Amino acid sequence: MHQTFDAALGIDLLHVNQAGADHNRAHFDRWGITCMNIMSSPGAGKTALLERTLEGLHQKLAIAVIEGDMTTELDADRLRQYGVPVVAINTGRSCHLDAKMVAGGIHTLEHQHDPNALDLVLVENVGNLVCPAEFEVGEHAKVALLSITEGEDKPLKYPIMFQEADCLLITKVDLAPYLDVNIEQIAANVRQMNSHCTIISVSAKTGEGLEEWFGWVRSRVQASPLAKTHTHA
Amino acid sequence: MHETDMTKALILTVRDWWESQPDRPNITKIHLMVGQFTCVEPAGLQFAFEVQTRQTFLENAALVIQDVPLVAFCHPCQQEYQPEIGRQYACPTCQAPMDDIRSGRELKIDRIEYDGAEVGNLTPNPATTR
Repeated sequence: MHQTFDAALGIDLLHVNQAGADHNRAHFDRWGITCMNIMSSPGAGKTALLERTLEGLHQKLAIAVIEGDMTTELDADRLRQYGVPVVAINTGRSCHLDAKMVAGGIHTLEHQHDPNALDLVLVENVGNLVCPAEFEVGEHAKVALLSITEGEDKPLKYPIMFQEADCLLITKVDLAPYLDVNIEQIAANVRQMNSHCTIISVSAKTGEGLEEWFGWVRSRVQASPLAKTHTHA
Repeated sequence: MHETDMTKALILTVRDWWESQPDRPNITKIHLMVGQFTCVEPAGLQFAFEVQTRQTFLENAALVIQDVPLVAFCHPCQQEYQPEIGRQYACPTCQAPMDDIRSGRELKIDRIEYDGAEVGNLTPNPATTR
């Protein structure tokens, strides 16, 4: 009969990723960059939103994109036509970006472009409503997209993503006349678990709501204690 | 399947502890606390643990997962409640949003059970877990 001993550890399993995320954020802070983590299920419209965002803001803010959710180089080319640095991360079959992968993206970006000249880095996460919510990458704000074709119940079924979001974009609202969907109910379901996030209904196709979204992005960039004093246009 | 990554983090963390012990004890159980309000599936963790610990210092260790329920605190009502995951998160009494989570977000190694007297029987091979 052997005696059994106990060791109390109390170690968080995500501590390695958390340390990596803090490290990435420290880099962004030093360069005066605001970083946003863009998350949604596949097909909710992250790339279309990024295109419209670059189109609307690239003359006002110096933006770079770290692309995790990329099926082809075509996506990156679509974004590069706005003249912004786009770094593609090879995610393989990962279901989410983690801090280490984004650190690789930051490293590449740093060598291609002077990070001190940037205001904003948009990280497009892998399309997935579950895992990305658990893995911080060093962002200052989390942006979740939910398209109206996905249904009102998704925030209740995948609550963590929506509970953590600082901004929720309800996308593809131009389709509302063709669908049996209650947009107010989507917002109410998110409010059950998140009283603070900004909720904006947008359409990348018609442009509805985009000005409000751009305003939110700019206010977050300007609110950063390390925001650049220079302004573009 | 991020349970695979989480299991890797679990094994590396336990190995760090194990290597820091002068007598490299024989680990029999790892107690893990997994909150219900996390993106982790306990069955996925068990499977990944079994596969990833084969022929390592943890081959004979069991993973014991303790489910931690989601408990929120409603400030207007000054009371705790258990949200119904998938259905209702706001306070059932006053409908205030779930703002203060008291438990259910845990993902941590709570404690390790080990058998100090069996040290000599160990056949550790840490290299295989790298």
